[in-house]
Amino acid sequence: MKVSREEILHIAKLANLNLKEEEIDTYLIHLQDILNFANIVSNAPVENLDETIGVNDNFNVFRKDEVKVFEDNNALLENAPEKERNMFKIPKVIQ
Amino acid sequence: MDITKLTVHEMQEKLKSKELTITDITKAYIENIKKYENDVQAFITPLTDEALSQAQNIQEKIEKKEIEGSLAGIPIGIKDNICTKGVKTTCASKMLENFVSPYNATVMEKINAENMINLGKLNMDEFAMGASTEYSYFQKTKNPWNLNTVPGGSSGGSAAAVAANMVPWALGSDTGGSIRQPASFCGVVGLKPTYGLVSRYGLVAFASSLDQIGPITKDVKDAAILLNVITGHDEKDTTSVNRKKVDYTNALTNNVKGLKIGIPKEYFGEGINSQVKEKLNEAMQTYKNLGATVEEFSLNIADYALATYYIIACAEASSNLGRFDGIRYGYRTKNFSSLKELYTNSRSEGFGAEVKRRIILGTYVLSSGYYDAYYKKAQQVRTLVKKEFDKAFEKYDLLLTPTSPTVAFEIGTKSNNPLEMYLADICTVSVNIAGLPAISVPCGVDSQNMPIGMQLIGNKFAEETILNAAYTYEQQVKFRENYEPSITK
Repeated sequence: MKVSREEILHIAKLANLNLKEEEIDTYLIHLQDILNFANIVSNAPVENLDETIGVNDNFNVFRKDEVKVFEDNNALLENAPEKERNMFKIPKVIQ
Repeated sequence: MDITKLTVHEMQEKLKSKELTITDITKAYIENIKKYENDVQAFITPLTDEALSQAQNIQEKIEKKEIEGSLAGIPIGIKDNICTKGVKTTCASKMLENFVSPYNATVMEKINAENMINLGKLNMDEFAMGASTEYSYFQKTKNPWNLNTVPGGSSGGSAAAVAANMVPWALGSDTGGSIRQPASFCGVVGLKPTYGLVSRYGLVAFASSLDQIGPITKDVKDAAILLNVITGHDEKDTTSVNRKKVDYTNALTNNVKGLKIGIPKEYFGEGINSQVKEKLNEAMQTYKNLGATVEEFSLNIADYALATYYIIACAEASSNLGRFDGIRYGYRTKNFSSLKELYTNSRSEGFGAEVKRRIILGTYVLSSGYYDAYYKKAQQVRTLVKKEFDKAFEKYDLLLTPTSPTVAFEIGTKSNNPLEMYLADICTVSVNIAGLPAISVPCGVDSQNMPIGMQLIGNKFAEETILNAAYTYEQQVKFRENYEPSITK
């Protein structure tokens, strides 16, 4: 499948990434190369085969719904790029 | 005696007979880090000062009989995508350059419970995406066997540090070969456990259905010892399997009589270097001489598996890496006027080129219009790969292949050609697709004295089978006695 410039810009937008002009061209070439190779899966003999999501069969693993207090709130906030009064700070979203 | 040339089990004996103390060991390793790190550049965050005071502390406690245990005071190195409380965990990314994990990964809790000493956090490809450690944001690690070549990846820092005797052993992670391939390139042992055997809690996720933590060690017995430490069910990882703990060292019987070894002939095709093939053939002969049966068969999935791997791994990565948005942790751009811009610019500036490439590929194969052609198809191929392996294990106890088609390549030769870099994983990825265990063991060197690795693949939870086969082989060829990286000679 041929990937267009518009498509790669659309994909980048979905992924929350900005691509610089020069990056667009390289990524186009690389993505096309990799997809050409990945197309081999379309020839695989997989008629009537189920999809495998994970290799283990342990779906729906349950545990008790218990509150566990994480005590070191400070350590969590220490990693925040910007914070105020024990909260993560983000730009204004409501006008 | 050069302490740092000893395996962990050899150190344990010398500690027992009081020929060595804990502080002797840590000091010797710190000395080697001083000596070799400038050249090898395996560490992102060395913890040598902390390690020395920890060693003295543990030494005192042992003398007062406050702690015991055969691994107390044994140093270790940790790949920098495994969370260590209070110590930076960067994933070799600008995105997490200053991230200090508020909690320990489950494997770290287990390492700490043994009173082992963390000598430092080791370099890797950014977010474990790569096969050469050249995609680290911080530095390029060099291969101790030849400083012009790569150590492999993504656990290249872990493998190089073990090979250069800067740590006695290390933890790595393996999503498509990231433990085994660098182990092969650096002439050490690397084990990727069965999916679910080791908890992934606290391992920064790349592709959750493929990732697994495992040991990189000087020899097979050490791999068994470290595997003993890190395995076990963990309720914090729903994919971790509840199985009875076993002592893997008991499996090392030095006997492979009657063992049935399958040789998938597709893994010995054109793309495999002739010297690699030659050494692998010698290894097969060794097994025959030891009483195993060795038989060629067809496992026609290698190309499908590689394509499937890159589709699934990138799809999962694009989702897993969605969490990096510059809000709660990680890099935040200075250049934004709205929340959306904050997300987009933080991600665009914080991630390196290869990570962005994989996020784009992953987003593409998951996007509407391509989902069926790529992602769904890949998941069906995944079923096919599993079935083919199931068939193989009806006939054979284990499969033997090269770990990598070539020996370590020169720095810079593949980093600008992503597809070529991806092809380096051709022998290893199918194991992750099927969730199987596999070990890479050194089986000789090429004409340039560069190590060659042999991969033994086992059925699910058959770690004991592959460990014993690797051990028995190792006892015969004595790789470590015959070959050594140029840097430590």
